[in-house]
Amino acid sequence: MSIDALRRRRTARVVDAAVWGVPAITVAALAWLLADVVWHGAGQIDLAFLTTAPRSAGRAGGIAPMLVSTAIVVAIAVAVALPLAVGTAVLLVEVLPPSASAGRWIRRSLDILAGMPSIVFGLFGNLVFCTMLGMGFSLLSGGLTLACMVLPILMRAAEESLRGVPDGCRRGALALGMPRHRAITAVILPCGMPGIIDGLTLGVGRAMAETAALVFTSGYVDRMPSALTDSGRTLAVHVFDLSMNVTGGDRWAYATALVLIGLLLVTAGLLSLASRFLQRKGAHKP
Amino acid sequence: MTNLHAVAELHRPPVDEPGPAVPLIRARGVSVSYGARRVLGDVSLDIARGSVTALIGPSGCGKTSFLGCLNRMVDLIPRCRVTGELRLAGADLLDPTLDVVALRRRVGLIFQRPNPFPFSIRHNLDLPLREAGVRRKEPRAAAIERCLRAVGLWDEVHDRLDHAAGALSGGQQQRLCIARALLLDPEVLLMDEPCSALDPISGATVEALIGSLKERCTIVIVTHNLAQARRVADRCALFWLRDGIGTIVEQGTVGQIFHAPKSEITAAYVRGAVA
Amino acid sequence: MTSISSRRPAERLFVTGLGLCGAAASLTIVAVIGVTTVEATPALSVAGPQAFLTDDGWFPLSGRFGLMPMILGTVLVSLGGLALAGPMGIVSAVFCNHYAPAAVATAYRLLLKALAGIPSVVYGLWGLVTLVPLIAAWAPPGASLLAGILVLALMILPTVAVVADSAIQQLPPALHRGGAALGMRRHTIAFRVVVPAARSGLATALVLALGRALGETMALLMVTGNLVQYPSSLFDPVRTLAANIALEMAYAQDIHRSALFVSGLVLALLVAAALVVAEVLAPDGTRHVD
Repeated sequence: MSIDALRRRRTARVVDAAVWGVPAITVAALAWLLADVVWHGAGQIDLAFLTTAPRSAGRAGGIAPMLVSTAIVVAIAVAVALPLAVGTAVLLVEVLPPSASAGRWIRRSLDILAGMPSIVFGLFGNLVFCTMLGMGFSLLSGGLTLACMVLPILMRAAEESLRGVPDGCRRGALALGMPRHRAITAVILPCGMPGIIDGLTLGVGRAMAETAALVFTSGYVDRMPSALTDSGRTLAVHVFDLSMNVTGGDRWAYATALVLIGLLLVTAGLLSLASRFLQRKGAHKP
Repeated sequence: MTNLHAVAELHRPPVDEPGPAVPLIRARGVSVSYGARRVLGDVSLDIARGSVTALIGPSGCGKTSFLGCLNRMVDLIPRCRVTGELRLAGADLLDPTLDVVALRRRVGLIFQRPNPFPFSIRHNLDLPLREAGVRRKEPRAAAIERCLRAVGLWDEVHDRLDHAAGALSGGQQQRLCIARALLLDPEVLLMDEPCSALDPISGATVEALIGSLKERCTIVIVTHNLAQARRVADRCALFWLRDGIGTIVEQGTVGQIFHAPKSEITAAYVRGAVA
Repeated sequence: MTSISSRRPAERLFVTGLGLCGAAASLTIVAVIGVTTVEATPALSVAGPQAFLTDDGWFPLSGRFGLMPMILGTVLVSLGGLALAGPMGIVSAVFCNHYAPAAVATAYRLLLKALAGIPSVVYGLWGLVTLVPLIAAWAPPGASLLAGILVLALMILPTVAVVADSAIQQLPPALHRGGAALGMRRHTIAFRVVVPAARSGLATALVLALGRALGETMALLMVTGNLVQYPSSLFDPVRTLAANIALEMAYAQDIHRSALFVSGLVLALLVAAALVVAEVLAPDGTRHVD
């Protein structure tokens, strides 16, 4: 074998090693991070942790109010953003002709919105919802701010999903004498539902994980909220506060982070089950 | 069942009951353009009630466009314009103020590719009934059974009505689509190459079905399959491209078209000499 | 699907509703930018826009509004993170498409998804508790540009990898087969044929990740030390624009608050610029939501 061939073979081996090295590093980093979270956090978690209010700034007690606040804020965000997103997607896919400049404008504006940093949403929400509309630091302000943030995610998912609905379904519904709005609500939207739910998974994940946009909208108050106009601290904000502002709060921050990750996984799992169930219900033979 | 007929009647605009001499569908000088491009020119055709009419001819000569005019599915095509005179039982089909939703309930359409909705079999059939205002469950169930029996699908699927329609075979899906179209008791059933996306055996099943549907409604079928046209149709119309525009070169009974064609194009086409 | 008008009242109502949804959705960004601009105006008119670039130091209460150290800090952290995550993300995409067995590729894609789903505050927590002390043991104070770069790299890696992955998947398979037919080795095909062919998609991946990096707030706030200064080494603390807003909004009043909206606007413009570049670079038919 020539020296040249040997050298080439060595290059191949080096490159191959590097290519396998990258995922190895990534896996290691993720494992390290998760191991840390579990290692430091798991010890604190028990039923009481999930069902009681925090004491001594979070260094004792539990996270029940944060769980409730997180659920409420995310629910508000979805309740506001989902109809808007789906409505916009239907408008783009089913109503406006593909060449319409209105469609291009809507799409582009949502693209830019998707790119806005979350802290900018925080500024916006603080100013508009808390100050201008007089909602103050409240779950409502936080939820509405998150709604703006997840709107483009939900919209894009819904749009792609509706585009994927076979034209046969669309024309079939119309040929059966369904008025167009019924064809959309009774046939096309149900056909696109799995994709819409996948988008919802992304959006809810993003909303549950959000901190920067919430600190100045839903606020820091760690009491159990009793109304939508109450301020409430979400899990992510709690993690932030414990790690930055509470000495000796690290273990509790990790515990809360672990709960947050668990909650994200459970939500994603449930939604993906729902999506798969719907897909199977309508499965087309390949 | 009576309930359903009453519903179907609701959507029928009052017209003079045409006598046997008056054709159910009457086309005079119908032309179709997509934007500046004319695809169909000067088509005149009479279709009698209770008949099966086959539209034959090579691809791209406007058969499907003509079919689309009959239930105004052409409305979905951007910049599509239809001129001429087209009447269904006396009613002007090209009237821009025509209620196309009501029209499509009178004139069903079967597509080349079976297009059941990705729902359960039952839901596929329930939808058009509920749209037509059949609120109660029992008449819906009765209509579903009647139409599934009419397409010969009842025995195959009655025990799995809640299964996905998409899991049926291609032929079963197409028959399901026919059943779905029959639910509203259409006067006319348009079929756009209903067997061409199916395997030969399923195709034969669907073809056999067409004969049995004659008693229920008037059928207009587009087909490339001359043997099929001969088997199922009473009358044929041969579409052909002339100067890039589709038109009818000859129409008549199956016997005339296949055994005594007047036009040389027809003679050559039915012999299989030209495509 | 053209006739938008209809004579049926129900349908007309429906279409009107959809139009309102579309209008509300598309006006959101207008509202976000408009409101931020209005709120930023007092500071901009008092100090003049150039003050934000030329003032030496950020003392908004004494009328000095120099954002430059924070702009630089933001850009340095972002580019540093991208310098790590960019190559790793692209290699990850190549790995999924040309090296890994199908099952491994699926698992790895899932893992990238998991990485993308971890809240930024958790990255920050991990960086603060684990990474910063490690760096501090080597070169104090620990909370530094380097810590920010490492945490950020991990956070934007999935963005690069996922977009690059789809860019490579969209290449015609003939490309790969053609290379193989010429007897090329796997790494030659991957890095000499596939990567160059996908370069516009890969560039898009990098720019989108950069946009994400520029806007990252909490994780960086937690690990970069937040000193407003020009860093002289990787181990110096820096403060990013986003972190600055998060840190000072709680107590900022009047002109100070307005100045924070200016920095928000600057941040929005930086990100928007990155997005415009991404759109220019994007190959036809690829659309992205992060």
